[in-house]
Amino acid sequence: MKFFGYTLGDPNTPVGPASPEMYERMSAFVEEATKAGILLATGGLAPLSEAVKVKYSGGEFTVLDGPFAEAKELVGGWALMETRDVDEAVEWTKRFLTIAGDGESTIRQVYGP
Amino acid sequence: MTDARTQAAVETVIRLESARLIAGLARYTGDIGLAEDLAQDAVVAALEQWPGEGVPRNPGAWLMTVARRRAIDFFRRNTELAKKYAEIGRVLAAEEGSVQQDFDQAFADDIDDDLLRLIFTACHPVLSVQARVALTLRLLGGLTTAEIARAYLVPEPTIAQRIVRAKRSLAQAHVPVEVPDAADRPARLSSVLEVIYLIFNEGYSATAGDDWMRPGLCAEAVRLGRVLAQLAPAEPEVNGLVALLEIQASRIPARTDAAGAPVLLLDQDRTRWDRLLINRGLAALQKALDQGGERGPYVLQAAIAACHARAFRPDETDWPRIVTLYGVLAEVMPSPVVELNRAVAVSMAYGPQAGLELVDQLAAEPALRGYHLLPSVRGDLLRKLGRASEAQLEFARAAALTSNERERQLSADRAREAAAEAAPGN
Repeated sequence: MKFFGYTLGDPNTPVGPASPEMYERMSAFVEEATKAGILLATGGLAPLSEAVKVKYSGGEFTVLDGPFAEAKELVGGWALMETRDVDEAVEWTKRFLTIAGDGESTIRQVYGP
Repeated sequence: MTDARTQAAVETVIRLESARLIAGLARYTGDIGLAEDLAQDAVVAALEQWPGEGVPRNPGAWLMTVARRRAIDFFRRNTELAKKYAEIGRVLAAEEGSVQQDFDQAFADDIDDDLLRLIFTACHPVLSVQARVALTLRLLGGLTTAEIARAYLVPEPTIAQRIVRAKRSLAQAHVPVEVPDAADRPARLSSVLEVIYLIFNEGYSATAGDDWMRPGLCAEAVRLGRVLAQLAPAEPEVNGLVALLEIQASRIPARTDAAGAPVLLLDQDRTRWDRLLINRGLAALQKALDQGGERGPYVLQAAIAACHARAFRPDETDWPRIVTLYGVLAEVMPSPVVELNRAVAVSMAYGPQAGLELVDQLAAEPALRGYHLLPSVRGDLLRKLGRASEAQLEFARAAALTSNERERQLSADRAREAAAEAAPGN
């Protein structure tokens, strides 16, 4: 089963750059998850202020540049996992949060193409 | 947290830690059976304590600490064994003081080698293929005997017996828990790859039962392959196998229709192929080719699978290239099944008559007697040549030869279609 995990945060609370120690622990964690064969893809996202929105309505496109006012935005990154069940995805997410620090991750099952 | 959630979390952590725990203990004890018993003791302790006290921050280290204490107790109680394990016992006793400390680092440094040793030992050629499969799923996959039994549709005691006997065979043959040296490595590695591929194939086209596929087994094999590719990244055949598994797994969503009936490769809706897995497979294949693995059996099979994966529509398939690849595969791994597949590719590249001539040369092959795909392929080619009544007989024969219910239905349907074509006025 594939799961997409992402962490949401308050865009008004700036997240400082990762300390070298956290960076190292996160690298080790990514290595561990890769070696366990569960991490299919992972990455971070540029801040919402740099995002672009493309709208399509009545045959017309509107392209909007940020910043956007959102209560929560995706912070810290995302991961696409392949695990036996949701419990395994939860456990890997706990391990991620232990390193990333306080926050809330959402795990959603990814359906096939 | 609800009790059910807690219980699920505890069992999940144990399942995730199982392989590393057994692998580490196998290094300390030199005995897979003993390692598994000690791991089981630690698991029982965890199941007693964690639901109440919570899962510890480093569950792997917790389990290892408990298991090593049990190992020390075990050696103290069993003086006979203690002699045999004197060296190990001393090492463990000396380390006892440090066991309390955080040994994450030592654990992390050695764990890859431990896992690799465990895989090679579980897949040792001294064991029957069935025993290797069961032991690999149990020790590396962390599956329970009940889960393995369910996957293979056999009674649980059968699997339990198989695992017990396998461990006994390893002990009796004094198989050391180690990575084989350079001279033995190719043969031993091919035994490991064979086990992973067999697990995948049992899931991909179940040999028995009502379902054509058991995707759980496929997923388990793909995961084992990915683990192995991280442990032995420089082996082209490992990357070849992973490429093959990723590409074949990419088709799983398209291989059955809504009712669970099989859909053949050329009839599949290719928009339902998993592009992420295809890309992972193509990348692994490229790695294997860069490592000089172009004549490896798994690399060749992956290259063939890649020809299909690259074609967005069936008529974009590079069949002449597939014919060439099967030709090389037949050289490095001569097999009537490979020849049969080559005949299919020839028919696609150069017409059904050319394919049929090759298939007919295989008809007398003893290894293919009873193999349902031979009449199935022959029927298909005859039908394309307009020889419908002969095709009907071949499909009926294929239906009689398979023990998978879904596959039997598919062949029976094709026999009926051919019969309709053969009917007068058609």
